[in-house]
Amino acid sequence: MTTSASEILNHFQEYLNAEHDLREEIRIVVRDLEHTVREIQTSLQPIHQPAQTANYLSFCENALSMFHKIQEHYKQLSSKIPLNQYYRFNDHWRFVTQRVVYMCALIIYLKEERLVSREEVADMIGVQVNREDGFHIDLDDYLMGILNLTNELSRLAMNAVTAGDYSRPLRISQFIGELDAGFRLLNLKNDALRKKFDGLKYDVKKCEEVVYDLTIRGLVNKVVENVNKS
Amino acid sequence: MDSSGTGASRSRFKKSHNDNPSIIINDHDGNRGREDRNTSSSNRKRLKVNDSSLSKDSPIFKAFNIFREELDNRNNRYERIVKISRDITIESKRIIFLLQRVTGLEESEKVFAEAKDKILDLNRTKFLELAHELHGQDPYQFVRAYSPGLQEYIEAVTFYHYLHSEELIGLERIQADLIYLVKAQDAPGLSSDLEQTLGTNSSECLSVKTLAIESNTSAESGEKNTTDQNDASATNENAVSETITVFVPVPPSEYLLGIGDFTGELMRMAINSVGAGDLEKPSVVSNMMRLIHDAFTTFAHPPRELYQKIRVLRQSLQKVETACYTLKVRGSEIPKHMLADVFSISAPCAADSYNEEISDVYD
Repeated sequence: MTTSASEILNHFQEYLNAEHDLREEIRIVVRDLEHTVREIQTSLQPIHQPAQTANYLSFCENALSMFHKIQEHYKQLSSKIPLNQYYRFNDHWRFVTQRVVYMCALIIYLKEERLVSREEVADMIGVQVNREDGFHIDLDDYLMGILNLTNELSRLAMNAVTAGDYSRPLRISQFIGELDAGFRLLNLKNDALRKKFDGLKYDVKKCEEVVYDLTIRGLVNKVVENVNKS
Repeated sequence: MDSSGTGASRSRFKKSHNDNPSIIINDHDGNRGREDRNTSSSNRKRLKVNDSSLSKDSPIFKAFNIFREELDNRNNRYERIVKISRDITIESKRIIFLLQRVTGLEESEKVFAEAKDKILDLNRTKFLELAHELHGQDPYQFVRAYSPGLQEYIEAVTFYHYLHSEELIGLERIQADLIYLVKAQDAPGLSSDLEQTLGTNSSECLSVKTLAIESNTSAESGEKNTTDQNDASATNENAVSETITVFVPVPPSEYLLGIGDFTGELMRMAINSVGAGDLEKPSVVSNMMRLIHDAFTTFAHPPRELYQKIRVLRQSLQKVETACYTLKVRGSEIPKHMLADVFSISAPCAADSYNEEISDVYD
């Protein structure tokens, strides 16, 4: 009796070891991924400098040129995760994936002034959209990334004004307004996403205040007139 | 796009500062180029943000509608699983209480039979339901939802087996009981089809199918169990088009946690059985507890939850060891029936946590 019971239990040491080793490996990959993400994020920060407003596109291209590294990391990561165990380990890369989504969203917004789709993000970083297809991008992480974007954009709205670009804040305000409305469509649980979403209203407010400041001084009308003329 | 954009932000901005006189000027300005605004100003007040800034065919609106559906589906499934798990917890606790009553009872076989029936019943109902919910999903996405129930169930089954055969039941046996062969519905072989139906109304589906369940819950003999298992997989291969396999995965970590809880029951039983006059029990039980304790403490990198269980296990073990010690030392001087009294006085700590657990469940 005693032997069989201890055999049963000793068997689990292997399981615990394997899990521990795998988590270590994942941690290493994630650390590299985080490093790359920081690099790219830094390369995008100059968009807030007044002198650089004209160079958005080149920043984007520059950032995009580094995305192959990210793809590489995700490929490595996905090769380590056993089938149907994504959610056993995803706490490790949850946060960094949100940053990645945010960068994708920022780049696409700067380039085309629209929301990046989940499919596009998956494509940019070389993962799947649907869980059934393997290593995918979790919806929560995607949405968290988008909420990171609104924060950055509300900052950009102010800095654009400083740089003398009065039309961009209006467009940003419109965009964030749409996102806000979009998020309101969701039935959020009382989780991290919900908390993050609760912060969105401050971004909306910030943008509206910028628009207000511009409007009350008649700066918006100039923009509208210019648009009408052209 | 541009002009409507400024309009939208302006209209919202106006709403929030309605009392501010300075806005009136701005309002005036803002109305330029938008003829319909004057007429609909009262209407506009009732409109929500969504209506003013999101048209039905905007890509964001479409995308978020899809997100909503996906989130709702996932959250609903999660909630359903939590519910099932809670039912399993309650029923498992009842089984454990039932088994605790075995102590010092003449008709223990009757109690065992009842407990076994209850376990089988759980397998056929709640766990099957759970298996359906988890079918085609990543079980780890929902493991937090069903782990409390599963652990309690493992505790109950382990306890049952220990009382019955003084053995520790293996993970394989527990897992084998939670694998089901189910007739696929109208569309044979299309498991994804079944899953979709289940996603919307699982309870209906379950009642429709008076399932060809191969519940391998032959708790008595492990060998019979494995042959059953083989049979089942053979049938599965032969008739792939007719049946699908659904199961509740039991992660090893959950098994270990269940075993940890099981030792708590052992401790209770040891103390209670002394109260009932069985002076051998503590030393028998302490052997099993020590064995588990030793195995657990040698584990490198235990998960955090397991670590807590190990601490509790250590306390329980010490309680039982103290009981053994007291029996040995005082057994020589006190008559048997009085010894029992000594323990019924020192036992209340066990009884207390017992009651706490009951109230936990029914809270």
